Amino acid sequence: MVSTKGKKVRKNISTHLVLIFISCISLGPILLVVLNSFKSHAEIVRNPLSLPTVFHFENYVTAWETGKFSTGFINSMILSGITIIIVLIAASLAGYVLAGKRIKGSDGVLVYFMMAMTVPIQLFLFPLYYAMASLDLIGNIPAVSLILSATSMPLAVFLMRTFFLNVPRELEEAARIDGASTWQVIWHVMRPVVSPGLITVAVIVGLQSWNEYLITSTFLQGEDSFTATLGFLSMNGTYSSDQAILMAAAVIMIAPIVIFFVCIQKYFVDGMASGAVKG
Amino acid sequence: MKKSAINYFLIAPALLISIAIILVPGILTIIMSFTDWNGISPNINFIGLGNFQELFADDVFWKSIFNNVKWTILFLTIPVALALLVSALLVEKKKSRSLYQVIFLIPYVLAPAVNAMLWLNIIFNPMSGVIGYLRTIGLDIGSPLTNMSGALYAVAAVDIWHYWGYLSVIYLAALRQTPTDQVEAARVDGCNAWQVFRYVYFPSMKSTFKLMYVMIIIFSFLAFDYIKLLTGGGPAHSTEVLGTYAYTFAFSALQVGKASAVGLFMSFFGMIASVIYTKLSKNEEIA
Repeated sequence: MVSTKGKKVRKNISTHLVLIFISCISLGPILLVVLNSFKSHAEIVRNPLSLPTVFHFENYVTAWETGKFSTGFINSMILSGITIIIVLIAASLAGYVLAGKRIKGSDGVLVYFMMAMTVPIQLFLFPLYYAMASLDLIGNIPAVSLILSATSMPLAVFLMRTFFLNVPRELEEAARIDGASTWQVIWHVMRPVVSPGLITVAVIVGLQSWNEYLITSTFLQGEDSFTATLGFLSMNGTYSSDQAILMAAAVIMIAPIVIFFVCIQKYFVDGMASGAVKG
Repeated sequence: MKKSAINYFLIAPALLISIAIILVPGILTIIMSFTDWNGISPNINFIGLGNFQELFADDVFWKSIFNNVKWTILFLTIPVALALLVSALLVEKKKSRSLYQVIFLIPYVLAPAVNAMLWLNIIFNPMSGVIGYLRTIGLDIGSPLTNMSGALYAVAAVDIWHYWGYLSVIYLAALRQTPTDQVEAARVDGCNAWQVFRYVYFPSMKSTFKLMYVMIIIFSFLAFDYIKLLTGGGPAHSTEVLGTYAYTFAFSALQVGKASAVGLFMSFFGMIASVIYTKLSKNEEIA
C-alpha cells in the first residue's frame, strides 16, 4: 500500500510540474512586459530579462499621454457598451423564439445564423466600407457598434437559445394560463431564469468588441474615434524607439482585462463551454 | 406550440441587423467579384470571370492558399495535442483546475493587437527583445519574423500561444461530462491512465472534439489579425494568406473587384467546412 501511495504522490507532483511549466509559457511574455515597463529603454536593450534597478513609474504617465488612453478608453467603453446592449436585446428575443420554434422556418433561421457565424469578414467588409464612407459614417462609433453586433449576433443567439431551452416548459404554460402576454412572459418569467445567460453573453460580446481589430481598424479612422487598442497600436510607429514607454502602455492595456477576466471567469468559461459542447 | 404573429416581431431585430450588415453586403461582394470596381469610380463594368482568371495566374494567390493550408495543419496538430494533454491532466485535478484554466485563458482574452505588439517588441525585436539578448550572449537564432522560411511559423506560434488555452477549456468541459462511476469501474478493472483516457474519457468528448476540428479548419481560412499585425503578409509575401491578400487589394491597390473574388474564395472553404459542421451537429442532436 505504501509504495502505491508513494507512486500516486509522485504522479501528482509530475502532473503539477507539467502544468506549471505550461503556465510559465502562457504568462512568461506577459510578466516580461510588466517587468520591463518599470525599466528605462537603455536597461531593456541591455538585458530584457533583468529585474528593474530603479522603478521608472513615469513611463506610465508618458504612455498614458502618448497612447491618448483617456479618449481611447472612453471610446472603447462606448463601443463595447452599445454593442452589448444591441446584442443582448436582439439575441435574447431571437433565442426565445428559436428555442420554442415559435415561427415557421425556425430551422432555416438557425442554419442562416450558423452560416453567418463562419463567414469571413472579408466577404462583407468591402461593400460595407464603401457604403459607410458614402454615408459619412467612417469614424462613427455607434455605426461600428452595429457592425460588431452583427458579427457577434450568431454566437449570442445560439447561447441564448441554449439557455431558453433549459427553462422548463411548465413555467411559461402556467403564466399563460394566468393570462400573461408574450411580453409579460419574457420580462417577468423568462428574464429572471435566463439572467446568468444574459451575463455570459454580455461578457463574451463585451470582450470580443473590446479586443476587435479588423473591423475597428478599418472603420475607425481619425484619432478622435480611436479605441484604446487603436491608440495603443498607433504608438508602435511613433514611439518605437522607446521600448519602456511601449511596455508601460501594454500594461495599461493588459491590466484592466486581466482583472476583469479573473472576476468574471466563471461566466466566461461556462459560456464558452456551453456554446461548443451543446452546439 | 402556437405560432403567433408577435414572434416574427421578436426575431426581427437580430435577423434584420444580420441581413443588413452581413447578407446584403455579402451578396454585393459576390456581384462585385465579377466587376472591375475600384471602390471610388461610379463606372462599374462587368468583366465576367476576369478577376478569377487573373487570380489563378497570380503566384501570390496560390502562395496564400498554400499558407492557409499550412496554417490549418499547424492548428490541427499543435494546439489540439497540447489542449488534449492539458485537459486530460486537469480533469482529475478538481481543486486546482480552475486556477490553471484562468492562467491558460489569459492570453486568449487579451486583444490580438496587444498580444502581437507584446511578442513583436519583447520577444522578436532584434534590438530590445529576448531574441536580441540571446544573440548578445552567443545564441543566435536570427530574426524569425524577417526570415522568409520561418516567418509563418513564428506568427503561428504567437497565434497558437493565444488560442490553445481556449481549446483546452472546451475539451475539459466535455471531459467533465464523463460519468465518474465509469472511470472508477475502469480503474478497478486495472486500466492504466492512458487506457482510462482512451476508452472512458475520450468517447464522451468525441463529438466536441470533431466539432472543434471543423471549427479550426473554418477559422484557419479566416486567419488575419496576427499575420496583419506581425508581418503584414511579408517578407515578400512569405506569410500572405487569403485574408491579408484580399485586404491589400481592397484598401491599398483599390481593386475591390479582385478583393471580392478573394473574399469569395475564403468563404468557399469555410462553406464546405460549415456544411460538414451543420451535418455533424445535426447528428449529435439525434444521438
